[in-house]
Amino acid sequence: MSWTDVIAVDRLTVDRGVAALVDGDAVAVFRLGNDDIVAIDHVDPFTGVGVLARGLVGSVGDRDVVVSPLHKQRFDLRTGECLDDPTRSVRTWSVSVADGTVRVAPPTPQRESAA
Amino acid sequence: MSAEHTRHLLVVGNGMVGQRFVDEFVAADVDGTWSVTVVGEEPRPAYDRVALSSWFDGRTELDLRLVSDRLLDGDRVDYRLGVRVEHLDTSDRVARLDDGAAISYDEVVIATGSSPFVPPIPGHDLRGTFVYRTLDDLEAIKHWAETNGRTSGIVIGGGLLGLEAANALRNLGLDVDVVEMAPYPMPQQLGEGGGRMLARWVASLGVRLHCGVTSDRFVADDDGAVRALRLADGRELPTDLVVFSAGVRPRDELARASGIEVGERGGIVVDDTLRTTHSNVWAIGEVALHRGRVYGLVAPGYEMARVVAQQLTGDDAIYEGSDLSTKLKLLGVDVACFGRANAHGDGVDEIVYHDPIGKIFRRLVLDEATGALIGGALVGDTSGYELLTAITLGRAVQPDDLPAYVLPSAVRPPDEGALPDAVQLCSCNAVSVGAIREAIGDGCAKLGDLKDTTGAGTSCGGCVPALTTLLRNELTAAGVEVSNALCEHFDHSRQQLFDLVRFHRYSTWAEVVANHGSGNGCEICRPTVASILASLSNGYILGGDQVTLQDTNDLHLANMQRDGTYSVVPRVPGGEITPDQLIALGQIAKDYDLYTKITGGQRIDLFGARLQDLPAIWQRVIDAGMESGHAYGKALRTVKSCVGSTWCRYGVQDSVGMAILLERRYRGLRSPHKVKMGVSGCTRECAEAQSKDVGVIATEQGWNLYVCGNGGRSPRHADLLASDLTDDELVRAIDRFLMFYIRTADRLQRTSSWFDELDGGLDHLRAVVFDDVLGIAGELEDDMRRHIDTYECEWKATLDDPERLAHFVEFVNAPDATTVPAKVEIRGQRVPA
Ligand code: SRM
Ligand SMILES: Cc1cc2nc3c(=O)[nH]c(=O)nc-3n(C[C@H](O)[C@H](O)[C@H](O)COP(=O)(O)OP(=O)(O)OC[C@H]3O[C@@H](n4cnc5c(N)ncnc54)[C@H](O)[C@@H]3O)c2cc1C
Ligand code: SF4
Ligand code: FES
Repeated sequence: MSWTDVIAVDRLTVDRGVAALVDGDAVAVFRLGNDDIVAIDHVDPFTGVGVLARGLVGSVGDRDVVVSPLHKQRFDLRTGECLDDPTRSVRTWSVSVADGTVRVAPPTPQRESAA
Repeated sequence: MSAEHTRHLLVVGNGMVGQRFVDEFVAADVDGTWSVTVVGEEPRPAYDRVALSSWFDGRTELDLRLVSDRLLDGDRVDYRLGVRVEHLDTSDRVARLDDGAAISYDEVVIATGSSPFVPPIPGHDLRGTFVYRTLDDLEAIKHWAETNGRTSGIVIGGGLLGLEAANALRNLGLDVDVVEMAPYPMPQQLGEGGGRMLARWVASLGVRLHCGVTSDRFVADDDGAVRALRLADGRELPTDLVVFSAGVRPRDELARASGIEVGERGGIVVDDTLRTTHSNVWAIGEVALHRGRVYGLVAPGYEMARVVAQQLTGDDAIYEGSDLSTKLKLLGVDVACFGRANAHGDGVDEIVYHDPIGKIFRRLVLDEATGALIGGALVGDTSGYELLTAITLGRAVQPDDLPAYVLPSAVRPPDEGALPDAVQLCSCNAVSVGAIREAIGDGCAKLGDLKDTTGAGTSCGGCVPALTTLLRNELTAAGVEVSNALCEHFDHSRQQLFDLVRFHRYSTWAEVVANHGSGNGCEICRPTVASILASLSNGYILGGDQVTLQDTNDLHLANMQRDGTYSVVPRVPGGEITPDQLIALGQIAKDYDLYTKITGGQRIDLFGARLQDLPAIWQRVIDAGMESGHAYGKALRTVKSCVGSTWCRYGVQDSVGMAILLERRYRGLRSPHKVKMGVSGCTRECAEAQSKDVGVIATEQGWNLYVCGNGGRSPRHADLLASDLTDDELVRAIDRFLMFYIRTADRLQRTSSWFDELDGGLDHLRAVVFDDVLGIAGELEDDMRRHIDTYECEWKATLDDPERLAHFVEFVNAPDATTVPAKVEIRGQRVPA
């Protein structure tokens, strides 16, 4: 797996996202309340515009979600599923932390082939 | 379609009842079998006469109009206004008009209403004497009253309309005397106890009421204008204006001229089908004499209108008379009577509650033999009216604890939920409790929907509190949780949350959600809490954990566009901008390839800014002596202004100066929804202030303040809250108004819809803002003061915060990378493809 460095962990705000470029793809990286760090596609599948990292983070039941800034569809931050229209789900990216730096790698192959 | 019309219907009179008839008839004549002509003597289409007095509060002819544009401009009905029908040839079925025209008809409906009775007191026709029936009358009264030096008025007659006229004169700034022949007002309706209690109210409201007096004659000044009223006892009441309100007489002259039978004391005789003595001639409304009775109220007229519309379109229907129960607000005092309200003497008993301190009088009249409720009068507190009326009419079972119902609501909470279906809740529109229950059952869960669906509450508004209670009780009873919960994370309404935050002085999201919420919030509660925190503490909206609460636009202090870029809309207070500032904005737009457009709010919008360019653009705006502005955020948008007295030959005040003052004062103020304001320099209203949440219009003496207007989806004309305020009074009133709205409105509720749901309406709002009935004016002013004192430009604060600035990059790990949205050129500028 090839990792791309994104940002120092302590520069991430809890419950907010940042956008990063990973192998030419735009990825949205979020830090959650329990300090989990997760990543999904940055491009909003409804508009084709890279904005998901600027969405509001919240919860629906016990699922952590981000809300698209443009038309407010909700995406599960851990599975990428779109709660409002599952046919428009996004990919999740692998995240790890090394030496205080957040690193992102492309979606796991199974997921990619499933998509 | 017109070729298929086989029959022609003529409607004489376009007043409230005539128009209701046309509406009912057109709806029932689905096949368009009839062609319809309406002839009306007044020069304008029918308007809401019941609400006539609100014209003085700023409601216009258009607001009051009862005829839809579709009907007025379409070819379904031919409206001929400003002409009178003078004669009906009932054998040839031809109507003759006073402009010489003749109209043939198959059927004719007479709805000519009544005219005010002017008692033949010598001098009754001097200049400065008026009646109170039409918009023209009101215009004439206003014009006369506002002519310099006129300070006092007399109303002849202390009945329902007399007191209403007295109130209007009082609001015009006149000193008012009411002269009533009876020993107390409204003797027939209220009886002695009720009448005397009403008199107390009237006196306490600053109107001098003279009861039991007879007028002798009016005294004229040298110009033939009224100067005083001489009473029979020799006293003289000086006055500049007289309004007669001594009862009405049916306008049956057309019937008389056409050989149609009229009653001894006036009124066109009709049978239970509402036909006159001539079979193709019908009469409805105040002009009709049915079973020996004329009705001076609109609801019976509406019933008649329905009956005739049904008969003419082939349905059987008859009219058997109406109940005369009424509930009114006179001079702001609640008054009601029902059944045999004033029955006395042998055969009747009474239960009476008389409280001279609270000025409440309630009398229930019982049949001595059976103990059955047969009527009652209520003054100062009309609670229980709907149920009591229903009992009297035999539509509800008399409860065993009837005596308890004589108590006012403060002592005995009314049980509106127990109302039987047959009870009429809205008398203006004849909507029963049953019909409302049905609508609620069919899914109306909001007051607005309920009004739209049933029509209840859409005329005088008097039934809205009862309607609200019924809705709440029904929903609760149906097990529908009447949830005002914000979302799945908070069980509170926005108002409750506001009070909690205020009380506990929370300043972070973490505290609010930990103590009162659950889960991790969402796109509804997070921005709501952000707005509340900002309204109350006014800190930097991206400070602390508030940054995690801000929705799209607030997060980057600019409006996101459909291609992910942003717009910047620099504040242009009052629309005033220097040439240098214009040039600076032009240069910025050129340098950053921005599309420019003049907005509807007197600003210049710069579209297409990339996230990473926003800080530099703001800096350049600030360097030009301006600041970026809110086109995002639930906050003050713009204070639109006309040019005002600085240049305009009509301007009476400096509207630009006032607009700038207001915009500076309230900029950045976070509120439940956006707030827009306007200031016009004179009554021509070039700034369209009456379509704003807060509208200010200059007068010779100061400023008129209008509130709760709205453009947008459902336009609403603003209401006049106060007149002729000084600068300081104006600002204080707006401070209180805005903070009261911020405290109590629901999330995303503009002032207009907030107002529609405000219990007590305009009177209550005035009482809160000017009389401080809630005792919170001091707090409201303090909250506003804190906002003003701590305001800081949020764009400048961002520029000063390296931490925040780091977020204005597209990709955190590739500062130089950028996506390039596709663009196309139109009309010389570049826009998203
Ligand atoms: C730019 C402008 C149109 C223009 O090119 O003229 C505009 C543009 C937008 N309007 Fe507006 N409105 C603009 C004047 C108006 C006006 C006219 C006025 O203010 O005199 C109205 C009707 C008056 C009123 O609000 O009562 C108006 C009624 C709305 C509404 C409906 C509000 C309602 O109560 O029904 C929305 C939607 C909302 O706020 O929920 C809206 C929402 C919007 C949004 C914010 C939509 C959005 O979320 O992206 C637009 C964003 C502008 C941007 O990105 O910069 N805009 N909008 C005007 C900016 C004026 C300014 O300088 O601030
Ligand atoms: C200030 C005020 C307050 C009121 N408040 C209330 C209230 O709170 N509750 C309530 O129930 N009622 C109230 N009323 C009474 C209510 O307005 C009337 O009951 C209602 O308007 C009667 O309707 P109508 O169509 O019969 O008569 P109108 O509304 O008077 O209409 C008759 C129309 O016919 C026209 N006309 C007359 N003769 C001719 C002709 N020959 N040819 C053509 N046109 C003609 C007249 O000019 C008039 O426009 C109030 C009235 C006033 C003035
Ligand atoms: S509202 Fe009056 S003062 Fe203002 S521009 Fe129009 S005419 Fe002139
Ligand atoms: S009673 Fe007048 S609107 Fe309902």
